[in-house]
Amino acid sequence: MFRYIVRRLLQMVLTFFGATFLVYALMFANQDDPYQALVGERPLSEAQRAALDAKYHFDDPFLTQYWHYVKGLLTGDFGISLTNRSINDMLAEAWPVTIKLALLAVLISAAIAVSAGVFAGIRRGGIFDHATLAVALVMLALPLVALAPLAQVIFGVKLGWFPVTVTRDAGLYDLLLPALLLGTVVFATELRVTRSSVADNMRADYVRTAKAKGLATKRVIGVHVLRNSLIPVITLIGVDIGALMSGAIIVEGVFNIPGVGYQLFKGIRLEDGPLVVSFVSVLVIVFLVINLIVDLLYAALDPRIRYE
Amino acid sequence: MPGKSPWKMAAGAAAIALLASGCSGSSSDDAEALPNSISIGIVEPTSLIPSNVVETGGSQVLASLFYPLVRFDEKSAPYPVAAQSITHDKANKVWTIKIKPGFTFSNGEPVTADNYIDAWNYGAYGPNGQLASYFYSRIQGFADLQSKDPDDDGPQEAPEPKAKKMSGLKKVNATTFTVTLSAGFAGWESVMGYDAFYPLPKAAWASEGVLKKEYGEAPIGNGPFKVKGTWQHDQQIQVEKVADFKGTIPKVNGITWKIYQDLTTQYNDLVAGNLDVETQIPVESLSSASGDLGDRFLKSPSSGFAFVAFPMYDDKYKSPQVRRAISMAINRQEMTDQIFLGSETPATAFVSPVVQGARKDSCGQACEYNPTKAKQLYTAAGGPSEIKITYNADGGHKPWIDAMCNQIKSALGVNCVGATVPKLTDLLAKVRNHEDVGLFRLAWSMDYPLMENYLGPLYTSDGSSNYYGYKNTAFDTLVRQGSEAPTVAQAQQYWQSAENILAQDMPVLPLRFSQNVFGHSERVTDVTMDLFAKVDIYKIDIAS
Repeated sequence: MFRYIVRRLLQMVLTFFGATFLVYALMFANQDDPYQALVGERPLSEAQRAALDAKYHFDDPFLTQYWHYVKGLLTGDFGISLTNRSINDMLAEAWPVTIKLALLAVLISAAIAVSAGVFAGIRRGGIFDHATLAVALVMLALPLVALAPLAQVIFGVKLGWFPVTVTRDAGLYDLLLPALLLGTVVFATELRVTRSSVADNMRADYVRTAKAKGLATKRVIGVHVLRNSLIPVITLIGVDIGALMSGAIIVEGVFNIPGVGYQLFKGIRLEDGPLVVSFVSVLVIVFLVINLIVDLLYAALDPRIRYE
Repeated sequence: MPGKSPWKMAAGAAAIALLASGCSGSSSDDAEALPNSISIGIVEPTSLIPSNVVETGGSQVLASLFYPLVRFDEKSAPYPVAAQSITHDKANKVWTIKIKPGFTFSNGEPVTADNYIDAWNYGAYGPNGQLASYFYSRIQGFADLQSKDPDDDGPQEAPEPKAKKMSGLKKVNATTFTVTLSAGFAGWESVMGYDAFYPLPKAAWASEGVLKKEYGEAPIGNGPFKVKGTWQHDQQIQVEKVADFKGTIPKVNGITWKIYQDLTTQYNDLVAGNLDVETQIPVESLSSASGDLGDRFLKSPSSGFAFVAFPMYDDKYKSPQVRRAISMAINRQEMTDQIFLGSETPATAFVSPVVQGARKDSCGQACEYNPTKAKQLYTAAGGPSEIKITYNADGGHKPWIDAMCNQIKSALGVNCVGATVPKLTDLLAKVRNHEDVGLFRLAWSMDYPLMENYLGPLYTSDGSSNYYGYKNTAFDTLVRQGSEAPTVAQAQQYWQSAENILAQDMPVLPLRFSQNVFGHSERVTDVTMDLFAKVDIYKIDIAS
């Protein structure tokens, strides 16, 4: 187990540098004139460009720029954004609210999707099964870009049940509507995967054995079926964190939540290369760590899986 | 069961994380804390240092923190505010500014001539990279504060500029200083109404010519409000009244500048009553705005000018007759009514009528919709058989470009296509290389309310935004004569005759003038917006 973790951590280092290099290269290729975005449609003088170049090194060759960036990264300094703010500060401000939002979204969607999926799986072909299928299809069909503003107008403006916009230090209730919406991104797949996994396992030999032994249905499902059915769901939830981050760009934009997605969107729009690259780098780390945790959880769930 | 413990741990950890985050959070709305205060929506400013502000968000906040030398009346003529008097010599070259005595910054420091001189020198000094530095370029000695990179993109660093202070700024006594311009300019008083000409207090400086790092987070100004706490990035900037302010006293006790990224979100907050003023109603909400807001949905003129430029380097559009014909094929009224739902107005002049001396219809017949005459003129002058209009895809221009093309097609009977490039920079790069882009869209909004601010940058041969390469020496001379005229009234005469030349030459096709399209909540009243798209913070009041 220990050796496995070390090996994975080493792989993570490679993946991390590969991913950031790619992101950096993409931003670099896209960025023909980042300063222009700062002044809108006004021309920028030579002297101003020279001053900005001295600060951001955009006039250096690509590899030199990347080296500047990696050097900063290794010393824990993400540098400054084009709007002249410390990116470390921006990260520290943005992450807490996004973590709150994502956790809430994961918990709510997983709780509902898994329990509904289990019920649907046990009574395969029943009314509930069909009803959840319909709900899942609708959710898959409705993109968040359309759903989020709609929900904001209905529940925030017209009915007034939830706040229309959410601030950085929002309470749980304020975040409930954005989290529910964010959860819809992953809800449908989680539900369907749980359902089919449970349905499969219900027909497995070990379940028949357990039933034949005379175990109570509650115990058969609660211990034997669930434990085996949840392995694919856990992987899915791990992967879903990535989907949630892309959803966060929309939800945080609509609800004006100054989190990671909000900053990323702003950074991309303003061609703020340093900001985008730094935020994506941290996202890459988060994604890698979550995947490692998910893989380790397997071992706990399934004794047959051993990491050497 | 060995499998149970990680589950329990995970659930426990999640519960603790949620509880912790939930407990630390509070949903209290700080805006309510200040009695008699209002909230106005803005976008996150890029900076709050006056010489670095070129967008309305920052400009709007600064207007509450600083007291300008001049403000503008309804006819956009300047009148002194923080200045007691502004006088000039016969040649408009040496301007003497006397500031009102007794004024202080919000930290108690008296406002002196040095505060202005130091701030302007800082803004103009090239290596500081201040975005609004071009405002100082008329002052004598500005060029000495700039340096040029010797090998452009190469490894050599730009040398240090010759001087750190502009020779044109001189202190006379504690409350008087003179500004010497490199060439006489009748409209200098108007220029000084911009944000870049605010003073900075002694407390702003870490050492001579170096601003304190944290100054921009809570600028200390000489205005009616001061920042409460600091700038809460991407959230809000709260300002509260300065006790015993000597100038015009605003009616509200505080303003919360609420920061939004998305205009539609901001609009929803306005309708829900969480925001008092939205200064720009998004196009998507225009159709429902009068229903949602009733008489709280307002419009007022602003300085924006949208036009389509003719590439002067392209032989196809060489004939002014062709350019006039295309202009006459456009039904501007239909475009502003149907595409912009009345949020913009048709442009029939080359200078926005909001500035002093500008006329509404200076373009004359050439900007009137007349498809029959347009077709005759076009065929006679031998216009091209296909017209291309290039625009940047990131600005939401597609609907009106398509509409314009359709109008051209039906009026002139030639094919018209809209071509996109990703960004405006890409468009301008193509134009610079004289590529075949056909017609292309541009826009302008003024820095100071003078006709010269349109004529100079847009149409003179060395104008900073004359990308299309229009050149007419008679025009250049008239604009320059206007700038050097002894009085603004005389200057306007020169400028008007200059604009008449434009109507003959048609270097661009005027399309639309923009308006402030704004709305407010029931809590506030007397909401007005000026030509710079700023809410008048002195007039706005709480509804009784």
